Amino acid sequence: MSNPLARRGFLVGGAVIGAGALATACTSNEPAAQPSPAGSQPAGTPAGGTDNDQPGKQVVIGFSAPAADHGWIAAIAKNAQAAAGQYSDVEFKPVEPTNDINAQISAVESLIAAKVSVLVLLPNDGQQLNQIARQATDAGIPVVNLDRIFPDKLSYRTWIGGDNYGMGVAAGHYVGKKLKDKGVANPVIVEIQGIATLPLTQDRSKGFADALKTYGFSVTAQQGAQFTVQSGNEVATNLLQAHKKIDALWNHDDDQGVGVLAAIKEASRNEFFMVGGAGSANAMREIQSGNSVLEATVTYSPTMASSAIKLARLIAQGKGMSDLVENQVPQSITLASETITKENVAQYMPLGFES
Amino acid sequence: MTESRGPQAEKAPQAEKAPQAENAPSPGNAPEAEKAPPADEHARVEAQARKPVARPGPLARLGEARHLGLLAALALLVVVGLVTRPENFATASNLVSILSLAATIGVITVGMTFVIIGGGIDLSVGSIMALASVWATTLATQSYGPFVMIVCAVLVGAGAGLVNGLLISYGRMVPFIATLAMFVAARGLAERMSDRKTQLVQQDNQMIVELSTTRVLGLPLLVFVFALVVAAGWVLLNRTTFGRRTYAVGGNPEAARLAGIDVRRHTVLLYALSGLCCGIAAVLIMARTTTGSSTHGQLYELDAIAAVIIGGTLLAGGRGTIMGSILGLLIFTLITNLFILNGLNTSDQLIAKGLIIVVAVLLQRRGLESRT
Repeated sequence: MSNPLARRGFLVGGAVIGAGALATACTSNEPAAQPSPAGSQPAGTPAGGTDNDQPGKQVVIGFSAPAADHGWIAAIAKNAQAAAGQYSDVEFKPVEPTNDINAQISAVESLIAAKVSVLVLLPNDGQQLNQIARQATDAGIPVVNLDRIFPDKLSYRTWIGGDNYGMGVAAGHYVGKKLKDKGVANPVIVEIQGIATLPLTQDRSKGFADALKTYGFSVTAQQGAQFTVQSGNEVATNLLQAHKKIDALWNHDDDQGVGVLAAIKEASRNEFFMVGGAGSANAMREIQSGNSVLEATVTYSPTMASSAIKLARLIAQGKGMSDLVENQVPQSITLASETITKENVAQYMPLGFES
Repeated sequence: MTESRGPQAEKAPQAEKAPQAENAPSPGNAPEAEKAPPADEHARVEAQARKPVARPGPLARLGEARHLGLLAALALLVVVGLVTRPENFATASNLVSILSLAATIGVITVGMTFVIIGGGIDLSVGSIMALASVWATTLATQSYGPFVMIVCAVLVGAGAGLVNGLLISYGRMVPFIATLAMFVAARGLAERMSDRKTQLVQQDNQMIVELSTTRVLGLPLLVFVFALVVAAGWVLLNRTTFGRRTYAVGGNPEAARLAGIDVRRHTVLLYALSGLCCGIAAVLIMARTTTGSSTHGQLYELDAIAAVIIGGTLLAGGRGTIMGSILGLLIFTLITNLFILNGLNTSDQLIAKGLIIVVAVLLQRRGLESRT
């Protein structure tokens, strides 16, 4: 009884392992196998050459960010790593990325215990990690707060991040101006949000609505997706059914935008133009091609991670930003949301992230 | 609907007497079944064939009633659609988009129906689909062309399902735990392989995308794939020994074992089947979104399980129908569609879905109690 079973088990096991090995061999080595068209991956840090880039005091930069479940966050980690790699005087100490608040707290604790010279933190949630950032600051470690802001100003030395409201404004101006120029009365403007419950999404939508108001327009329909390709596809499919004629569509996020574009193509609709958000390489290629409904995208660039590392280094070395008169790095830096169109896309291409 | 009534209705008469004859003297039966050597194929197969029919027998009528309930619910939603958005709802293009939206998860639901009827549960479907979509869209796989991509997706899905099945039946793990492990691990592997990026289907492999853009008789090809999977699933469940064994295994695994069914092997096959469906779903999601991504299929397991349960399949196993599951799924898809057509927000949609699950299960319970 047991013998044939065991033998069968062995055979099946062997077959499974064999098949696994075969499959792995033929499929898994993805990026290197093909001449990848966008070889310029270490994006985000155009080589500059100021005095500040000269090697200085040796510093250790601790880095903690959420685990990437999304191209944007993946680009954040990659950009930070790349920026740190440019400097011989920087030792980069990233901790295991995690989406668990608790795990991120202990990760940051370990960085504090390791007595790094400066911390760069992109918290999962600014509110919930405020306490630990405060601990770091109290322990004499300056904190560079990346993007998601800590509510307590005592918790960080410098904040650098994107402008969600500004992103909405940029998209709103592009849409509003274009429709005004066309002379469309009562346009149907559709908005596909990211995760609707997040404050950042609400900021974006508010900016969009406010900017449109200056042209006398308003959003006709608004629907939340999940920042994922598939959710973007589902929501867009239904929205296109709800509105037989659309004049403009703003999609908050280029990653989910891939799904939105697929849905538009499927429905073979092209009577409107679309504006994206974030500034992924895919979206830029789409804009560059010139035959897509996607005409523009407004940036929320993960290059901010490169800048954050640079700022952290300057803070640790006690230097200021060389273009400013001040001796120290400013307390807060809000990046402008830029509008990428066919005209200027070539210039932004190197900054685009592969979503 | 009418199809699913067919087999059960015609077998119902024998079903009435079968349970007493079979079940009551089951200890006495057992040695017989064990003594009966594999050579006595006829007796064995017959015993199995009768057995599972015995189980859904009295419930077949209930099943029909439940399907009527589902149809009524669907009709109600259609009426709501017609009243609130007459100009958008009853259009051909809206119908097509509802069907294409339902296709991906519908294929998964078919596999899930088998697993749940067989007394198991598969939490890993969404993750397996994500993994299959990622594996099939790696640059290396894409270089072999669309057919290899499709084969790859299906094999990866079936392989992951097979691992589930082996862990459950030979590793003696509880299905909930084993598939929970796969749920976590498969998505992790997908993220690993894709480096958490969205992998576009390349220009050379547009054939895959054409599954959703090419229309035959006004319907995208992927809707036909969906229909084909549903039809195949229906035949497999209602017209083959495999299907009857599935009912038997889910209804009472011990009795099924005593009746000579290799329960463990059958369980492996059920999970592999579910995995296979995930692989097919991965091809469909690649067609729809033009990408493979580790973020595909989030919460699909819950949607699929909910659709199956609403469709009248018992979570404990042993009874259920494919048609019920598909109707359950269509109800869900229709709700989403109606909410977006009316510009309502997604949170309310979730509340509505939750209510529907509760109501459906309460009705099921009442139905069962009135029977017994």
